[in-house]
Amino acid sequence: MAPDSSAETASDIALRGARDAPIAMVRGQPVTAVPADLYIPPDALEVFLEAFEGPLDLLLYLIKRQNLNILDIPIAPITEQYMRYIDLMVVVKLELAAEYLVMAAVLAEIKSRMLLPKPAPNEEENADPRADLMRRLQEYERYKRAAEDLDALPRLERDLHLVSPEIADRQTLRRTPAVGLDTLRRVFFEVLARAQLFSHHHVQREPLSVRERMVIVLDRLAGCEFMEFTLLFSRAEGRRGAVVTFLAILELMKESLIDIVQSEPLAPVYVKAAA
Amino acid sequence: MASDQPLTVERLMALFAPDGPPDSLRDDIERALAALAEDYAGRGIEIIRVARGYRVQTRADLSTWINRLWEERPPRYSRALLETLAIIAYRQPITRGEIEALRGVAVSTGILKTLLERQWVRLAGHRDVPGRPAVYATTAQFLEYFNLRHLSELPLLGEPTGTDQLQLGLTIEAELEPQTAD
Repeated sequence: MAPDSSAETASDIALRGARDAPIAMVRGQPVTAVPADLYIPPDALEVFLEAFEGPLDLLLYLIKRQNLNILDIPIAPITEQYMRYIDLMVVVKLELAAEYLVMAAVLAEIKSRMLLPKPAPNEEENADPRADLMRRLQEYERYKRAAEDLDALPRLERDLHLVSPEIADRQTLRRTPAVGLDTLRRVFFEVLARAQLFSHHHVQREPLSVRERMVIVLDRLAGCEFMEFTLLFSRAEGRRGAVVTFLAILELMKESLIDIVQSEPLAPVYVKAAA
Repeated sequence: MASDQPLTVERLMALFAPDGPPDSLRDDIERALAALAEDYAGRGIEIIRVARGYRVQTRADLSTWINRLWEERPPRYSRALLETLAIIAYRQPITRGEIEALRGVAVSTGILKTLLERQWVRLAGHRDVPGRPAVYATTAQFLEYFNLRHLSELPLLGEPTGTDQLQLGLTIEAELEPQTAD
């Protein structure tokens, strides 16, 4: 059904739209009017109407169904058809997202703009009132298609599966740390001693979690090759903060996420991210 | 195969020579990977490069039979979720409001939550405008789930229908750098 020339009046267009757009095909014949005695179980419509992902989706459906050109939408018939679907949704008592009503208002406004006589030629409102809507429809269509393409890609759990064999005779290799526990304790107590000189009055307690601190430490290590052990602690956090950081470092070591090195006894201790 | 994560060449090197690898090790490993890939050709498994490294997986054309191993059908994702995901993938970093403007409907919190939980999407910061809305981006895990190596491997975003008539020229605003582990 091709869009008509602007010479026709709006009412002609509306009538033609209502008359010619088939709402259903029954046994190969288009049906243009709902039969008076047609019984539609409420659930059927609900399922169909719920299939729309929003007003843009519904509009696209109306446009595509009639093979209309997105760039030259006949606003009056489309508005009418759209309104009929809205009414159906209300009848079926579907929860109408506010966006549907907003779109109805937008369509009505565009329609009235197109009906009004054109303003003076030097008025800058010469833009097609449909332009914004058409752009939105085009954009939505692109991403709708992109979503389908994405769904079509081969993906894990559906088309591909990871190969993970049973590992026979598995032993966790325990690498003895290069730095002894005594050294760590000594350095840590130095840090604690400094922290003790710093006391704070906290009006609210800030919960410090070891996991969170682990991520923070990792982030800090991500930027540089080696970081001195003491630099990972902050005096402002006092003893509690120091303890949390120390626990985090031990935990990270256990999970082999960091390495701790010391070039010789009593030299400064350095921490680095493991690989 | 033993690892549950994709492995980079660097990580493989560390496995064989934890105290500093010889220069030849990288070549050896890369040659070994290539040899494996060739060896697997024509077999049911393949070794490919995804976002965070190499992994071994079954071939896509065998999915019909392999899926019979499991009673449950593979997960299907709703159109709303796929559309939201596609928009984030092609337009990242993007705010929730911008996603809503494109789709024409509000983004359900459930969908964003699912995407974040599955680690396909992450918070990538905040836009410095009134309201400081969060911006979202996709992750390396998203790429790996869809068997991709870079964002540039996503299917090309179709041109808007009839662009030659409008001056709008929209391009993919995806980063073309490989995503590193999050």
